[in-house]
Amino acid sequence: MTELEIPVEKWSGAVRLVTLGATGDGGTRTSTVTVGGEAALPFLHFEGQIPNAPVVAAEVVDMHPADWSPALLEALGDDTRDPAAWARKMVGLGADLISLKLRSTHPDQGDRSAADAVATVKSVLAAVGVPLIVYGPGVVDKDNEVLVAVAEATKGERIALANCEEKNYRTIVAAALGNGHLVVAQTPIDVNLAKQLNILISDMGLSLDRILMDPNTGALGYGIEYTYSVMERLRLAALMGDGMTQQPMLCTVGEETWRQKESRVAEGVPAAWGDLVDRAVVWETTTALTVLQSGADIVSLRHPKSIALVKQTIAALMKGA
Amino acid sequence: MALTGLEIYKLLPKTNCKECGFPTCLAFAMKLAQKGTELANCPYVDEEAKAALDAASAPPIRLVAIGGGERRFEVGNETVLFRHEKTFFHPPGLVVRLRDDDPALAEQATRIDAYEVERVGIKIMLDGIAVDNVSGDAATFAKAVATVKGVSALPLVLISDDPAAVEAALAVAGGDRPLICAATTDTWQKMAELAKGAGCPLVIRADDLESLAALAHDVQGLGVEDIVLDPGTRDLAGNLAVFTQLRRLALKKNFRPLGFPIIAFAGAATREEQALLAASAVAKYAGVIVLDELDPSVIYPLMTLRQNVYTDPQKPIQMEPKLYPVGAVTDKSPIFVTTNFSLTYFTVSGEIEASGVPVWLVVADGDGLSVLTSWAAGKFDAEKIAKTVTSYGMADKVSHRKLVLPGYVAALSGEVEEELPGWQVIVGPREAVDIPSFLKTVWKAD
Repeated sequence: MTELEIPVEKWSGAVRLVTLGATGDGGTRTSTVTVGGEAALPFLHFEGQIPNAPVVAAEVVDMHPADWSPALLEALGDDTRDPAAWARKMVGLGADLISLKLRSTHPDQGDRSAADAVATVKSVLAAVGVPLIVYGPGVVDKDNEVLVAVAEATKGERIALANCEEKNYRTIVAAALGNGHLVVAQTPIDVNLAKQLNILISDMGLSLDRILMDPNTGALGYGIEYTYSVMERLRLAALMGDGMTQQPMLCTVGEETWRQKESRVAEGVPAAWGDLVDRAVVWETTTALTVLQSGADIVSLRHPKSIALVKQTIAALMKGA
Repeated sequence: MALTGLEIYKLLPKTNCKECGFPTCLAFAMKLAQKGTELANCPYVDEEAKAALDAASAPPIRLVAIGGGERRFEVGNETVLFRHEKTFFHPPGLVVRLRDDDPALAEQATRIDAYEVERVGIKIMLDGIAVDNVSGDAATFAKAVATVKGVSALPLVLISDDPAAVEAALAVAGGDRPLICAATTDTWQKMAELAKGAGCPLVIRADDLESLAALAHDVQGLGVEDIVLDPGTRDLAGNLAVFTQLRRLALKKNFRPLGFPIIAFAGAATREEQALLAASAVAKYAGVIVLDELDPSVIYPLMTLRQNVYTDPQKPIQMEPKLYPVGAVTDKSPIFVTTNFSLTYFTVSGEIEASGVPVWLVVADGDGLSVLTSWAAGKFDAEKIAKTVTSYGMADKVSHRKLVLPGYVAALSGEVEEELPGWQVIVGPREAVDIPSFLKTVWKAD
């Protein structure tokens, strides 16, 4: 009989190490989080080193998100009215990072000022010891205003500023450069666009160990297959040694899945969909697992139960590391 | 692995008799390598060469059919490790396990049989029922199989390590090509004989790949070709590693003894853990997935994931761009514009149906992309929208002059109004889920 020899890929590259948060030199975190370093495809421990387990970021919004799914609001309770309390609760549930959304600074959502945003970020920094990812409202001008103010007021904290996109990367990168922060480079589901943005950002002088990339997650049932394949291609390229694809990947799983009808609607949907809360948690966690298996280093989530389940899942997948 | 033309030539008679229709044996061999002709066209090829060529042209992962009749399904015959390299072909069968001592067996089997859900216009059902011989008793097992067979024509998986129990069950259901699960190093001989006798596919189970390959070799020696592999792993890390190794051995090493589809068992302590084990196996290489319960909140996400992962990346599912009247439309009905990405179409038309308000749905050719993506790609602009509305003759179909655009392309409103003089653009919701409330509160024909 033919000899059985397990095929092991010999990779020449690895994912870059990126550390979020700082405990000194302006950093006030009680611990930092390092992601990346994989020298093998996701969780294939027989093939190469996977020094850092992927981590879970919990999403926290700076205003009560009244439009969120009732299944989610019920699980989160009153803490959604205070971002510091909300963040503390999520860390208590096991979140490794807090992903803070400065939604109330959006012109249509209250248009709160950059100074207000700074106060919110500081209150969350004071409430928890884990590192932060901070999102502007997603409108270019306001993003620039808010994120620059936040970056300056939190110098040295190694916060990941998000999103850093093609249309605003100059301002965000400059804010990160001058204040010791990181950026989340987001591009729309495309290998070359992701590479291109990493190049533009590093050309400005931000070192590659301060860039995370968000390939733009699609939810289960809503384009996850595109994300999945783009992430697999990015990770394969990274392992083959393409330096501009070696940034750790971040996926905003909670934000995507909880937007969908499957996670929001209990009435008037087929009985074959099952119970809303059960289904929504499965929707969020299976989406998370799918992107983790295609290379995600950070997944951000919303439901408390999902955080616990995904942490447990990552631990199970790291068995044998 | 496919042979080259020269390798095939070496196996041919090399007489250049021309009876195959080609001037030389070499020309015939070259055409064979390109799959442009068939070996049967050579009248003089010997048995040995035929066997060698057949073996070489066999797919690296054998296609195995499970069950008989209309609901039978096929798994295996995959050709890539990553879907972007080509596509995945045969979605894993989702099977629900029932205990043979379950007093509510018939009722459970009926529920599994009846489960059905529609997604992007495609009806999806469960693929089979596994009956597990937990009682350890052959007669109970056979009776349970008969009960299930009595209420469902779904393919069966017969789970038992006891050849006597399998034999008893096959007496009841042997004609339906159930998947026998499983032969082990202890029972392989008897199990293989049973599988061979009934013409059924057979699961072989061993805890390491060497033993599994040896077992495959052994049961093939007894004439069983339709094999499904159970490498014995039951956890996330183990499944991912070993299923990947099996897929690589088959595709990269053309390792014949393990060139078969894989069965995964997703039984777990909780609903969510079960969902995650199964989801991992959907994306990473299982051919059959056995779930421990029929829980719609788990099954529906899994079926969605399976549909997503097995979509051909070269051909996103598209709708024909045309006018789709949703409900009993009149000249007062609203006009909605969207793109021909099938998910977009089904999400939008589904919400319109749910609202109870009939709508003229104008589906423009957005290259099979969603509204936002096709807009970003320049395939869904004001000119395209105006041309589409005009070419569908919307002005003759309605008495009003209002057009509802998707909220994501609100920025196009002005341009569309310029392109379509006399028409007024109303910005609709961004997400389809908000269409019913939009139709109730915002929409007015006059």
